[in-house]
Amino acid sequence: MSTRGGILSAIRANQPELTVLPDVEPLKAYANKENLLAQFTTIATNIGAKIYEAKNLAEVKSVIQNNFGADVKIISTISELSDIADTKEYLNDLPVQLADVELTILQSDLAVAENSAIWITEDQMGQRVLPFITQHLAIIVNAKNIVATMHDAYSSIGITTQGFGAFIAGPSKTADIEQSLVIGAHGPRSMSLFLLTGD
Amino acid sequence: MTVGLFIPCYVDQFYPGAAIATLQLLEKLGVTVVYPPKQTCCGQPMANSGYEHLTTGCNELFIDNFSDFDYIVSPSGSCILHIKDHLHSEGRENEAVQVRRKVYELTEFLTDILKVDHLDATFPHKVGVHQSCHGQRGLKISQMTELVAEPFSKPVQLLNMVQGIELIPLSRQDECCGFGGTFCVAEEAVSVKMGVDRVADHLEHGAEYITGADMSCLMHMEGILRRQESKVKVIHIAEILNSSAQ
Amino acid sequence: MSTTSTKDHAELAGQFNADEQRVDWHDETLWWIRQKRDKAVNQFPEWELLRETGSKIKEHTLSNLGNYLEAFEANALANGITVHWAADAKEHNQIVHGIIKKHGVNRMVKSKSMLTEECHLNEYLAENGIEVIDSDLGERIVQLAKEPPSHIVLPCIHKKKEEIGDLFHEHLGTPAGVSDPQILAETARQHLREVFLTRKIALTGVNFAVAETGEFVVCTNEGNADMGAHLSEVHIASMGIEKIIPKREHLGVFLRLLTRSATGQPITTYSSHYKKPRPGQEMHIVIVDNGRSVQLGRKDFRNSLKCIRCGACMNTCPVYRRSGGHSYHNAISGPIGSILAPNLDMEKYADLPFASTLCGSCSNVCPVKIDIHDQLYKWRQVIVKAGYTTKTKSAGMKLMQWTLSSPGIYHAAGKAGRMVMKYAPFAVNNALNPWYKQRDMPKPPAQSFDEWYKKNRGKK
Repeated sequence: MSTRGGILSAIRANQPELTVLPDVEPLKAYANKENLLAQFTTIATNIGAKIYEAKNLAEVKSVIQNNFGADVKIISTISELSDIADTKEYLNDLPVQLADVELTILQSDLAVAENSAIWITEDQMGQRVLPFITQHLAIIVNAKNIVATMHDAYSSIGITTQGFGAFIAGPSKTADIEQSLVIGAHGPRSMSLFLLTGD
Repeated sequence: MTVGLFIPCYVDQFYPGAAIATLQLLEKLGVTVVYPPKQTCCGQPMANSGYEHLTTGCNELFIDNFSDFDYIVSPSGSCILHIKDHLHSEGRENEAVQVRRKVYELTEFLTDILKVDHLDATFPHKVGVHQSCHGQRGLKISQMTELVAEPFSKPVQLLNMVQGIELIPLSRQDECCGFGGTFCVAEEAVSVKMGVDRVADHLEHGAEYITGADMSCLMHMEGILRRQESKVKVIHIAEILNSSAQ
Repeated sequence: MSTTSTKDHAELAGQFNADEQRVDWHDETLWWIRQKRDKAVNQFPEWELLRETGSKIKEHTLSNLGNYLEAFEANALANGITVHWAADAKEHNQIVHGIIKKHGVNRMVKSKSMLTEECHLNEYLAENGIEVIDSDLGERIVQLAKEPPSHIVLPCIHKKKEEIGDLFHEHLGTPAGVSDPQILAETARQHLREVFLTRKIALTGVNFAVAETGEFVVCTNEGNADMGAHLSEVHIASMGIEKIIPKREHLGVFLRLLTRSATGQPITTYSSHYKKPRPGQEMHIVIVDNGRSVQLGRKDFRNSLKCIRCGACMNTCPVYRRSGGHSYHNAISGPIGSILAPNLDMEKYADLPFASTLCGSCSNVCPVKIDIHDQLYKWRQVIVKAGYTTKTKSAGMKLMQWTLSSPGIYHAAGKAGRMVMKYAPFAVNNALNPWYKQRDMPKPPAQSFDEWYKKNRGKK
């Protein structure tokens, strides 16, 4: 018998009688839906993200121009930012060629209040490695797209056919040395979140 | 109501004061208490060491001694938990089931069955309460800090009825003392360190006495306190609740 | 206790306790994490329902594991992932080695995977001339120290920053005496970035594998799994058969439970959902049994397969905090390790279920409600019956049985000098009397309760 067959038959011989799969719906009823923006902002700040409320992309652009010099490599998937960022050329790069990216600006459609995680799909990343390899990460999300809990988040995501997606919450970090928090482990050293509050 | 008094082996041998206080307290509260003379041990020391299969004799003896009573009460949460979880009998499983249902640790018997809401007791001292694990997490006589649930404590509820007592807070409310039956000798280093740390929490918060519903934990902490030549004493909760009778 | 020649938990814990200040530091660090966990979970009135739901999802999954594994495999294949099956550690290691060989390289970067620790993959590959670099900071540190991780989530929680500074000085060229975590972490960032950029093959663990979609989820704070995987040409993911969950929506439950239980964080920085290889990339999943299907058949112990590897049971365990992860001499330490290890080798790990006071705190913090302390008790029974205990202990127990089963002998022995002192719980088989080493004996009273009762109440 193949290894696969052997494992599966051992499992079937040993697995207990079928039990009922519980419903996750009842958990949704506990969600705190009040002031999701404030919940989100508090937690995002606690985990080391920088929060900016912006009315439109022009305001986002101005904050970025204030925080980053004109001489650094900036990549964005947002075509409206083509005057401050590379929005096309990087797509032809090999992942390793993105090692010198200083700032990456991405857009997301989904944020979660209970843990300030941002859901971002492969399409929104441009290249999978970008949100990880970049020295600094900025994500723009509409404040209307904040949901209360992870249950709501998965209801919203459904079963997409995207090849890769990630929840990202704050800058990369480690506390492996004596539980001292260090921001900027292997991924971004900072995460800026632009919450669009305009109409 | 007739209660069979179960006095665990080590309480009988080393802490007769806790047993006497339990007996007197129950009697004061109007309960008829009988102490079956042929009792020995619940079998837990063997079972927790992996020798549950050697506890048949203890189990049969326990059923012989106690199956006729309305309730079985003992001043030791750990022994009661063992009976509740592990008392079986091949020939008399029905009786074993009955026994498992009617065994009570002293403080839960006082709050849940007798529904005691007043005590004539005085104990003008600073007291630290040790939440013994088997009573707390096993019998659930107190809420556990790990759970997201309303706090309560049956021992503390009773101690709050005692005149003059001052219950001190602890940094770690329900950490184990490190006794653990044979663990205390098999894992001597860790057991001692756990005991030292537990005692230190009480000492730092100014306890004059450490009390609890399980004499085995108190025995362990007493061993540490006496080695440190501390003036702080351990005292079984029954002795505090019965203190006016002294 | 164990009949093997290796040191057992008690002995290793004794060595750890030789330095009391270090024990205090270790205990307080982990207790602080337990407190962070408490603070995080208490924000959710539905926490206990969440645990119950997580536990029941896992229970259901185990009851239908064969079908879910097949569904996962079919979906993963459709997604363009290559799926391998390994019956044991050896086969897992051979499969991974085979993939590396096929690509003609001799080095690989690896993010945290307790399964590869369990399989001793690094050692196997080293013997075959393949260099593996662990990219999780804590794992890299213990790798440089030539030690196994001491904790599944916090691999170098036993190490002081000065010791880490010395290691970095020796291996990564930091100036002598530098122990600032900020500087050390930055050094590791630079060192590992170079590694990520130059490795063709990356191996990651798997936190959850979703049957419905054929995807797997990897959670890290550092971003090391993603750096390795997205920069590689070949991504290998190793997973135990118990990592399966039925549906994507169940990730909502487990991602809410995992990090709050582990460190008190609301979620890990990265929860990455790998569904298809990047165009041009190869993606492999190795599904490993290694004793798990046997554990599935053990009614009393199968719940251990619900474990999502959060480490909460270690952080709360008063014994773990005061004995250190290495005292468990197994890839997975602490309470959960003590119920998993005997399934792999009952003789070698016969001591572990006894390294506990059965206080029960582990079961209460477990996000999937594994009855850990009850399983420790049950393993003790199994181990003793299987004969993995010393003869003197058995003899002591039999003497205790004989004494305690007979009221006449018990009371006679008591009178004859407090028999309990000799054979009782706290003094079984005590040639050197370990109780008395650091603790005083109770003062024998003038009379036992039995004697008092006969004198005072006997004639009633």
